[in-house]
Amino acid sequence: MTAPIPISLHVNGERVDAHVLPRLNLADFLREHLHLTGTHVGCEHGVCGACTVRADDEIVRACLMLAVQADGMSIQTIEGLSDSGEVGDLQAAFRDRNALQCGYCTPGMLMAAQDLLRQHPEPSRERIREHLSGNYCRCTGYQAIVDAVEATALSRRGRAA
Amino acid sequence: MKASAFAYARATSVDEALKLLAAHGEKAKLLSGGQSLMPAMNLRLISPELLVDIGGLDELRGIAVTNDVVRIGALTRHVDLLKCPEIAVHAPLLAEAVAHVAHPAIRNRGTLGGSLAHADPAAELPACMLALDATLIVRGGRGERRIVAADFFQGIFQTALSEEELLVAVEFPVRRTNSVHYFYEFARRHGDYAIAGLAAQAIVDAGTIAGLRLAFFAVGDRPVLAGAAGRLINVSITPVLLSDASAALGEEVDASEDQQATAAMRRHLAKVLLVRCISVLLGRPELSVSERAA
Repeated sequence: MTAPIPISLHVNGERVDAHVLPRLNLADFLREHLHLTGTHVGCEHGVCGACTVRADDEIVRACLMLAVQADGMSIQTIEGLSDSGEVGDLQAAFRDRNALQCGYCTPGMLMAAQDLLRQHPEPSRERIREHLSGNYCRCTGYQAIVDAVEATALSRRGRAA
Repeated sequence: MKASAFAYARATSVDEALKLLAAHGEKAKLLSGGQSLMPAMNLRLISPELLVDIGGLDELRGIAVTNDVVRIGALTRHVDLLKCPEIAVHAPLLAEAVAHVAHPAIRNRGTLGGSLAHADPAAELPACMLALDATLIVRGGRGERRIVAADFFQGIFQTALSEEELLVAVEFPVRRTNSVHYFYEFARRHGDYAIAGLAAQAIVDAGTIAGLRLAFFAVGDRPVLAGAAGRLINVSITPVLLSDASAALGEEVDASEDQQATAAMRRHLAKVLLVRCISVLLGRPELSVSERAA
Protein backbone atom coordinates (compact mmCIF):
# COMPACT_ATOMS: atom_id res chain seq x y z
CA MET A 1 0.00 0.00 0.00
CA THR A 2 3.01 2.34 0.08
CA ALA A 3 2.86 2.30 -3.73
CA PRO A 4 1.80 5.42 -5.65
CA ILE A 5 -1.92 6.12 -5.59
CA PRO A 6 -3.81 7.62 -8.52
CA ILE A 7 -5.43 11.00 -7.88
CA SER A 8 -7.50 13.28 -10.03
CA LEU A 9 -8.16 16.90 -9.12
CA HIS A 10 -8.48 20.39 -10.54
CA VAL A 11 -5.69 22.89 -9.99
CA ASN A 12 -6.40 26.48 -10.99
CA GLY A 13 -9.23 25.23 -13.17
CA GLU A 14 -7.20 22.64 -15.04
CA ARG A 15 -7.72 18.94 -14.57
CA VAL A 16 -4.67 17.10 -13.23
CA ASP A 17 -4.22 13.32 -13.08
CA ALA A 18 -1.21 11.95 -11.22
CA HIS A 19 0.19 9.08 -9.21
CA VAL A 20 1.52 10.13 -5.82
CA LEU A 21 3.08 8.47 -2.80
CA PRO A 22 0.88 8.69 0.32
CA ARG A 23 3.51 10.69 2.21
CA LEU A 24 3.62 13.50 -0.38
CA ASN A 25 1.95 16.61 0.99
CA LEU A 26 -0.11 18.95 -1.17
CA ALA A 27 2.47 21.77 -1.02
CA ASP A 28 5.23 19.53 -2.39
CA PHE A 29 2.87 18.12 -4.99
CA LEU A 30 2.05 21.61 -6.25
CA ARG A 31 5.67 22.75 -6.21
CA GLU A 32 7.54 19.71 -7.43
CA HIS A 33 5.06 17.89 -9.62
CA LEU A 34 3.21 20.86 -11.09
CA HIS A 35 6.02 23.43 -10.71
CA LEU A 36 3.64 25.90 -9.07
CA THR A 37 6.30 27.35 -6.80
CA GLY A 38 4.23 30.30 -5.59
CA THR A 39 3.00 28.08 -2.76
CA HIS A 40 5.89 28.41 -0.32
CA VAL A 41 7.08 25.88 2.23
CA GLY A 42 8.19 27.37 5.53
CA CYS A 43 7.75 25.45 8.77
CA GLU A 44 6.09 22.29 7.38
CA HIS A 45 4.00 21.89 10.51
CA GLY A 46 1.15 24.30 10.03
CA VAL A 47 2.46 27.26 11.98
CA CYS A 48 3.75 29.81 9.44
CA GLY A 49 1.01 29.96 6.79
CA ALA A 50 3.39 30.33 3.80
CA CYS A 51 1.80 27.30 2.09
CA THR A 52 -1.81 28.57 2.28
CA VAL A 53 -3.92 27.52 -0.74
CA ARG A 54 -7.63 27.18 -1.44
CA ALA A 55 -9.21 23.72 -1.42
CA ASP A 56 -12.84 23.64 -2.56
CA ASP A 57 -12.95 27.40 -2.02
CA GLU A 58 -11.65 27.40 1.58
CA ILE A 59 -8.13 28.24 2.64
CA VAL A 60 -6.05 25.38 4.05
CA ARG A 61 -2.45 24.62 4.94
CA ALA A 62 -1.01 22.71 1.99
CA CYS A 63 1.70 21.25 4.26
CA LEU A 64 -0.94 19.67 6.52
CA MET A 65 -2.84 18.02 3.73
CA LEU A 66 -1.73 14.98 1.79
CA ALA A 67 -1.90 15.09 -1.98
CA VAL A 68 -4.04 11.93 -1.81
CA GLN A 69 -6.56 13.83 0.31
CA ALA A 70 -6.92 16.38 -2.49
CA ASP A 71 -8.30 13.70 -4.79
CA GLY A 72 -11.52 15.02 -6.33
CA MET A 73 -11.00 18.53 -4.98
CA SER A 74 -10.58 21.87 -6.69
CA ILE A 75 -7.34 23.54 -5.60
CA GLN A 76 -6.46 27.16 -6.26
CA THR A 77 -2.98 28.54 -5.71
CA ILE A 78 -1.58 32.05 -5.76
CA GLU A 79 -0.79 31.52 -9.47
CA GLY A 80 -4.51 30.95 -10.14
CA LEU A 81 -5.64 33.99 -8.15
CA SER A 82 -2.91 36.12 -9.67
CA ASP A 83 -3.51 35.09 -13.30
CA SER A 84 -7.27 35.58 -13.03
CA GLY A 85 -6.73 39.09 -11.66
CA GLU A 86 -8.73 38.26 -8.53
CA VAL A 87 -6.04 39.67 -6.22
CA GLY A 88 -4.55 42.27 -8.61
CA ASP A 89 -5.65 45.22 -6.48
CA LEU A 90 -4.47 43.51 -3.28
CA GLN A 91 -1.06 42.85 -4.83
CA ALA A 92 -0.85 46.50 -5.93
CA ALA A 93 -1.76 47.65 -2.42
CA PHE A 94 0.96 45.41 -0.93
CA ARG A 95 3.50 46.93 -3.33
CA ASP A 96 2.36 50.52 -2.74
CA ARG A 97 2.46 50.17 1.03
CA ASN A 98 5.74 48.18 1.14
CA ALA A 99 3.82 45.34 2.75
CA LEU A 100 6.51 42.90 1.70
CA GLN A 101 10.26 42.82 1.91
CA CYS A 102 11.70 39.37 1.29
CA GLY A 103 8.33 38.21 -0.07
CA TYR A 104 8.45 34.72 1.32
CA CYS A 105 5.21 35.03 3.27
CA THR A 106 3.43 37.10 0.62
CA PRO A 107 1.61 34.38 -1.38
CA GLY A 108 0.16 32.89 1.82
CA MET A 109 -0.60 36.36 3.14
CA LEU A 110 -2.49 37.24 -0.07
CA MET A 111 -4.45 33.97 0.05
CA ALA A 112 -5.50 34.60 3.67
CA ALA A 113 -6.26 38.29 3.10
CA GLN A 114 -8.39 37.58 0.03
CA ASP A 115 -10.24 34.89 2.00
CA LEU A 116 -11.08 37.50 4.64
CA LEU A 117 -12.19 40.13 2.11
CA ARG A 118 -14.50 37.64 0.38
CA GLN A 119 -16.22 36.81 3.68
CA HIS A 120 -16.08 40.24 5.31
CA PRO A 121 -15.84 43.15 2.85
CA GLU A 122 -15.64 45.67 5.72
CA PRO A 123 -13.18 44.20 8.22
CA SER A 124 -11.88 46.19 11.19
CA ARG A 125 -8.12 46.29 11.68
CA GLU A 126 -8.58 43.91 14.60
CA ARG A 127 -10.44 41.46 12.38
CA ILE A 128 -7.71 41.71 9.72
CA ARG A 129 -5.07 40.94 12.35
CA GLU A 130 -7.10 38.02 13.64
CA HIS A 131 -7.61 36.52 10.19
CA LEU A 132 -3.92 36.87 9.34
CA SER A 133 -2.79 35.65 12.77
CA GLY A 134 -1.85 32.27 11.31
CA ASN A 135 0.50 33.83 8.74
CA TYR A 136 3.96 34.80 9.89
CA CYS A 137 5.95 37.66 8.41
CA ARG A 138 9.47 38.15 9.75
CA CYS A 139 10.21 41.38 7.83
CA THR A 140 7.45 43.95 7.96
CA GLY A 141 6.13 43.94 11.51
CA TYR A 142 2.63 43.45 10.02
CA GLN A 143 1.58 47.13 10.23
CA ALA A 144 2.01 47.69 6.48
CA ILE A 145 0.26 44.41 5.66
CA VAL A 146 -2.79 45.39 7.72
CA ASP A 147 -2.70 48.83 6.02
CA ALA A 148 -2.65 47.22 2.56
CA VAL A 149 -5.56 44.90 3.32
CA GLU A 150 -7.56 47.75 4.85
CA ALA A 151 -6.84 50.00 1.84
CA THR A 152 -7.96 47.25 -0.55
CA ALA A 153 -11.20 46.75 1.39
CA LEU A 154 -11.88 50.49 1.23
CA SER A 155 -11.18 50.82 -2.49
CA ARG A 156 -13.30 47.73 -3.32
CA ARG A 157 -16.21 49.24 -1.42
CA GLY A 158 -15.70 52.50 -3.30
CA ARG A 159 -15.83 50.65 -6.61
CA ALA A 160 -18.92 48.70 -5.58
CA ALA A 161 -20.78 51.89 -4.58
CA MET B 1 10.65 18.01 7.72
CA LYS B 2 8.58 15.56 5.72
CA ALA B 3 6.62 12.64 7.10
CA SER B 4 8.30 9.26 6.75
CA ALA B 5 6.77 6.75 4.35
CA PHE B 6 3.48 5.11 5.25
CA ALA B 7 0.71 3.17 3.58
CA TYR B 8 -2.66 4.79 3.03
CA ALA B 9 -6.16 3.35 3.00
CA ARG B 10 -9.31 5.32 2.37
CA ALA B 11 -12.11 3.84 4.48
CA THR B 12 -15.53 3.73 2.83
CA SER B 13 -17.42 2.84 6.02
CA VAL B 14 -16.94 2.92 9.78
CA ASP B 15 -16.88 -0.88 9.79
CA GLU B 16 -14.09 -0.94 7.23
CA ALA B 17 -12.09 1.58 9.28
CA LEU B 18 -12.59 -0.57 12.41
CA LYS B 19 -11.45 -3.70 10.57
CA LEU B 20 -8.26 -1.93 9.46
CA LEU B 21 -7.62 -0.73 13.02
CA ALA B 22 -8.19 -4.24 14.36
CA ALA B 23 -5.80 -5.72 11.80
CA HIS B 24 -3.00 -3.18 12.28
CA GLY B 25 -3.33 -2.16 15.95
CA GLU B 26 -0.87 0.46 17.13
CA LYS B 27 0.85 0.63 13.75
CA ALA B 28 -2.22 2.36 12.28
CA LYS B 29 -3.54 5.88 12.86
CA LEU B 30 -6.86 7.39 11.88
CA LEU B 31 -6.65 10.47 9.65
CA SER B 32 -9.57 12.92 9.85
CA GLY B 33 -8.65 16.60 9.41
CA GLY B 34 -4.98 15.87 10.02
CA GLN B 35 -4.32 19.23 11.67
CA SER B 36 -2.60 17.66 14.69
CA LEU B 37 -1.58 14.33 13.13
CA MET B 38 0.24 15.81 10.12
CA PRO B 39 2.42 18.21 12.17
CA ALA B 40 3.38 15.32 14.47
CA MET B 41 4.24 13.17 11.45
CA ASN B 42 6.12 15.96 9.67
CA LEU B 43 8.15 16.54 12.83
CA ARG B 44 8.72 12.75 12.98
CA LEU B 45 7.30 12.62 16.48
CA ILE B 46 5.22 9.70 15.26
CA SER B 47 5.64 7.43 12.23
CA PRO B 48 2.58 5.24 11.74
CA GLU B 49 2.86 2.47 9.17
CA LEU B 50 -0.69 2.94 7.97
CA LEU B 51 -3.02 5.92 7.79
CA VAL B 52 -6.70 5.06 7.66
CA ASP B 53 -8.38 8.08 6.08
CA ILE B 54 -11.91 8.46 7.48
CA GLY B 55 -12.37 11.90 5.89
CA GLY B 56 -14.93 10.60 3.40
CA LEU B 57 -17.30 9.06 5.95
CA ASP B 58 -20.30 11.39 5.74
CA GLU B 59 -22.13 9.37 8.42
CA LEU B 60 -19.70 10.89 10.95
CA ARG B 61 -20.49 14.47 9.93
CA GLY B 62 -23.15 16.89 11.00
CA ILE B 63 -24.92 18.63 13.87
CA ALA B 64 -28.40 17.59 15.01
CA VAL B 65 -30.62 18.78 17.86
CA THR B 66 -33.34 16.34 19.00
CA ASN B 67 -35.19 16.00 22.32
CA ASP B 68 -33.05 18.68 23.95
CA VAL B 69 -29.82 16.86 23.05
CA VAL B 70 -27.16 18.23 20.71
CA ARG B 71 -25.34 15.53 18.76
CA ILE B 72 -22.23 16.44 16.81
CA GLY B 73 -20.56 13.97 14.46
CA ALA B 74 -16.85 13.44 15.03
CA LEU B 75 -15.89 14.70 11.55
CA THR B 76 -17.66 18.04 12.04
CA ARG B 77 -15.05 20.70 11.39
CA HIS B 78 -14.21 23.66 13.63
CA VAL B 79 -15.49 26.03 10.94
CA ASP B 80 -18.81 24.16 10.85
CA LEU B 81 -19.21 24.65 14.62
CA LEU B 82 -18.29 28.31 14.27
CA LYS B 83 -20.86 28.99 11.56
CA CYS B 84 -23.69 26.77 12.83
CA PRO B 85 -26.69 28.80 14.09
CA GLU B 86 -27.86 25.89 16.27
CA ILE B 87 -24.53 25.73 18.08
CA ALA B 88 -24.71 29.49 18.67
CA VAL B 89 -28.15 29.07 20.28
CA HIS B 90 -27.75 25.76 22.12
CA ALA B 91 -24.05 25.76 22.99
CA PRO B 92 -22.72 29.33 22.88
CA LEU B 93 -19.75 28.21 25.00
CA LEU B 94 -18.61 25.96 22.17
CA ALA B 95 -19.13 28.66 19.54
CA GLU B 96 -17.02 31.08 21.56
CA ALA B 97 -14.28 28.56 22.30
CA VAL B 98 -13.87 27.41 18.69
CA ALA B 99 -12.88 30.93 17.65
CA HIS B 100 -9.79 30.46 19.82
CA VAL B 101 -8.71 27.24 18.10
CA ALA B 102 -5.74 28.01 15.87
CA HIS B 103 -6.44 30.00 12.68
CA PRO B 104 -9.00 30.04 9.84
CA ALA B 105 -7.00 27.75 7.52
CA ILE B 106 -6.62 25.18 10.33
CA ARG B 107 -10.27 25.45 11.37
CA ASN B 108 -11.32 24.69 7.78
CA ARG B 109 -9.78 21.21 8.08
CA GLY B 110 -9.59 20.36 11.78
CA THR B 111 -12.41 18.28 13.26
CA LEU B 112 -14.07 18.09 16.67
CA GLY B 113 -13.46 14.34 16.92
CA GLY B 114 -9.83 14.75 15.91
CA SER B 115 -9.25 17.34 18.60
CA LEU B 116 -10.92 15.21 21.29
CA ALA B 117 -9.16 11.97 20.31
CA HIS B 118 -5.81 13.81 20.13
CA ALA B 119 -6.38 15.08 23.72
CA ASP B 120 -3.84 17.86 23.87
CA PRO B 121 -4.07 19.14 27.46
CA ALA B 122 -3.90 22.74 26.17
CA ALA B 123 -6.74 22.31 23.67
CA GLU B 124 -10.02 24.19 24.10
CA LEU B 125 -12.58 21.64 22.92
CA PRO B 126 -11.85 18.84 25.42
CA ALA B 127 -12.44 21.33 28.25
CA CYS B 128 -15.71 22.43 26.62
CA MET B 129 -16.85 18.81 26.61
CA LEU B 130 -16.26 18.67 30.39
CA ALA B 131 -18.07 21.96 30.97
CA LEU B 132 -21.02 20.89 28.80
CA ASP B 133 -21.19 17.49 30.55
CA ALA B 134 -20.87 15.78 27.17
CA THR B 135 -20.92 12.07 26.48
CA LEU B 136 -18.49 10.73 23.89
CA ILE B 137 -19.74 7.92 21.71
CA VAL B 138 -17.13 5.42 20.68
CA ARG B 139 -17.43 2.46 18.31
CA GLY B 140 -15.27 -0.64 18.25
CA GLY B 141 -15.42 -4.18 16.92
CA ARG B 142 -17.71 -5.19 19.80
CA GLY B 143 -20.13 -2.32 19.39
CA GLU B 144 -20.67 1.11 20.86
CA ARG B 145 -19.63 2.57 24.22
CA ARG B 146 -20.73 5.85 25.80
CA ILE B 147 -18.07 7.57 27.90
CA VAL B 148 -18.62 10.73 29.93
CA ALA B 149 -16.10 13.46 29.14
CA ALA B 150 -14.69 13.43 32.68
CA ASP B 151 -13.62 9.78 32.16
CA PHE B 152 -12.51 10.16 28.55
CA PHE B 153 -9.45 12.38 29.01
CA GLN B 154 -6.76 10.52 30.93
CA GLY B 155 -3.48 12.35 30.41
CA ILE B 156 -1.26 14.04 27.82
CA PHE B 157 -2.55 12.69 24.47
CA GLN B 158 -4.17 9.85 26.48
CA THR B 159 -7.86 8.97 26.26
CA ALA B 160 -10.17 6.09 27.10
CA LEU B 161 -10.12 5.10 23.39
CA SER B 162 -8.48 1.76 22.68
CA GLU B 163 -6.35 1.33 19.54
CA GLU B 164 -9.25 -0.48 17.91
CA GLU B 165 -11.92 2.12 18.58
CA LEU B 166 -13.14 5.18 16.79
CA LEU B 167 -14.89 8.25 18.18
CA VAL B 168 -18.14 8.68 16.23
CA ALA B 169 -19.97 11.55 17.94
CA VAL B 170 -20.51 13.62 21.07
CA GLU B 171 -23.80 14.42 22.78
CA PHE B 172 -24.69 17.01 25.39
CA PRO B 173 -27.87 18.64 26.69
CA VAL B 174 -29.05 21.88 25.07
CA ARG B 175 -28.47 25.07 26.99
CA ARG B 176 -31.07 25.70 29.69
CA THR B 177 -32.90 29.03 29.79
CA ASN B 178 -31.06 30.34 32.86
CA SER B 179 -27.68 28.95 31.89
CA VAL B 180 -24.69 31.19 31.28
CA HIS B 181 -21.16 30.48 30.16
CA TYR B 182 -17.67 31.89 30.42
CA PHE B 183 -14.63 31.22 28.27
CA TYR B 184 -11.19 32.76 28.50
CA GLU B 185 -7.65 31.66 27.82
CA PHE B 186 -4.29 33.24 28.40
CA ALA B 187 -2.15 32.82 25.29
CA ARG B 188 0.89 34.65 23.96
CA ARG B 189 -0.77 35.32 20.60
CA HIS B 190 -4.22 34.79 19.14
CA GLY B 191 -4.52 31.17 18.00
CA ASP B 192 -1.63 29.90 20.09
CA TYR B 193 -2.11 27.10 22.55
CA ALA B 194 -3.25 28.45 25.91
CA ILE B 195 -0.94 28.90 28.89
CA ALA B 196 -4.03 28.49 31.09
CA GLY B 197 -7.71 28.56 30.21
CA LEU B 198 -11.20 28.10 31.59
CA ALA B 199 -14.43 26.89 29.96
CA ALA B 200 -17.37 27.24 32.33
CA GLN B 201 -21.07 26.54 32.22
CA ALA B 202 -23.39 27.67 35.02
CA ILE B 203 -27.02 27.95 36.05
CA VAL B 204 -27.70 31.31 37.66
CA ASP B 205 -30.98 31.93 39.51
CA ALA B 206 -31.70 35.38 40.94
CA GLY B 207 -28.04 36.16 41.54
CA THR B 208 -27.23 32.74 42.99
CA ILE B 209 -25.27 30.02 41.22
CA ALA B 210 -27.43 26.88 41.18
CA GLY B 211 -25.05 24.79 39.09
CA LEU B 212 -21.43 25.29 38.04
CA ARG B 213 -18.98 23.30 35.95
CA LEU B 214 -15.52 24.84 35.77
CA ALA B 215 -13.29 23.06 33.24
CA PHE B 216 -9.69 24.26 33.39
CA PHE B 217 -7.33 23.44 30.54
CA ALA B 218 -3.62 23.90 29.78
CA VAL B 219 -3.06 23.78 33.53
CA GLY B 220 -2.20 20.12 34.06
CA ASP B 221 -1.88 16.95 32.00
CA ARG B 222 -5.61 16.90 31.06
CA PRO B 223 -8.63 19.18 31.29
CA VAL B 224 -10.12 19.03 34.80
CA LEU B 225 -13.37 19.94 36.51
CA ALA B 226 -12.59 22.04 39.57
CA GLY B 227 -13.98 20.69 42.83
CA ALA B 228 -13.78 24.24 44.20
CA ALA B 229 -16.91 25.01 42.15
CA GLY B 230 -18.90 23.20 44.87
CA ARG B 231 -18.10 26.00 47.34
CA LEU B 232 -19.90 28.55 45.17
CA ILE B 233 -23.21 26.78 44.65
CA ASN B 234 -26.40 27.98 46.39
CA VAL B 235 -24.58 30.46 48.58
CA SER B 236 -24.41 34.23 48.66
CA ILE B 237 -21.07 34.99 47.08
CA THR B 238 -18.89 37.50 48.89
CA PRO B 239 -15.31 38.52 48.09
CA VAL B 240 -14.16 36.48 51.11
CA LEU B 241 -16.00 33.36 49.97
CA LEU B 242 -14.60 33.75 46.45
CA SER B 243 -11.13 34.22 47.85
CA ASP B 244 -11.52 30.99 49.87
CA ALA B 245 -12.71 29.11 46.77
CA SER B 246 -9.76 30.50 44.85
CA ALA B 247 -7.36 29.30 47.56
CA ALA B 248 -9.00 25.86 47.45
CA LEU B 249 -8.56 25.81 43.68
CA GLY B 250 -4.88 26.62 44.13
CA GLU B 251 -4.58 23.59 46.42
CA GLU B 252 -6.36 21.19 44.08
CA VAL B 253 -4.72 22.23 40.77
CA ASP B 254 -1.94 19.85 39.76
CA ALA B 255 -0.15 22.40 37.60
CA SER B 256 2.53 21.42 35.11
CA GLU B 257 5.67 23.28 34.13
CA ASP B 258 7.07 23.82 30.62
CA GLN B 259 8.86 26.51 28.62
CA GLN B 260 5.68 28.63 28.55
CA ALA B 261 5.05 28.87 32.28
CA THR B 262 6.03 27.58 35.70
CA ALA B 263 3.59 25.54 37.79
CA ALA B 264 3.22 28.49 40.18
CA MET B 265 2.31 30.82 37.32
CA ARG B 266 -0.30 28.38 36.01
CA ARG B 267 -1.79 28.00 39.49
CA HIS B 268 -1.96 31.79 39.80
CA LEU B 269 -3.59 32.18 36.37
CA ALA B 270 -6.17 29.51 37.22
CA LYS B 271 -7.12 31.45 40.36
CA VAL B 272 -7.37 34.69 38.39
CA LEU B 273 -9.62 32.94 35.84
CA LEU B 274 -11.90 31.64 38.59
CA VAL B 275 -12.43 35.08 40.09
CA ARG B 276 -13.01 36.74 36.72
CA CYS B 277 -15.37 33.96 35.68
CA ILE B 278 -17.62 34.26 38.75
CA SER B 279 -17.59 38.03 38.48
CA VAL B 280 -18.72 37.85 34.83
CA LEU B 281 -21.28 35.05 35.37
CA LEU B 282 -22.97 37.02 38.15
CA GLY B 283 -22.50 40.40 36.48
CA ARG B 284 -20.73 41.68 39.59
CA PRO B 285 -17.56 43.51 38.54
CA GLU B 286 -16.74 44.40 42.17
CA LEU B 287 -15.94 40.72 42.83
CA SER B 288 -12.92 40.78 40.55
CA VAL B 289 -11.35 43.42 42.80
CA SER B 290 -10.45 40.45 44.99
CA GLU B 291 -8.40 39.16 42.05
CA ARG B 292 -5.47 40.98 43.64
CA ALA B 293 -5.81 38.74 46.64
CA ALA B 294 -5.90 35.65 44.42
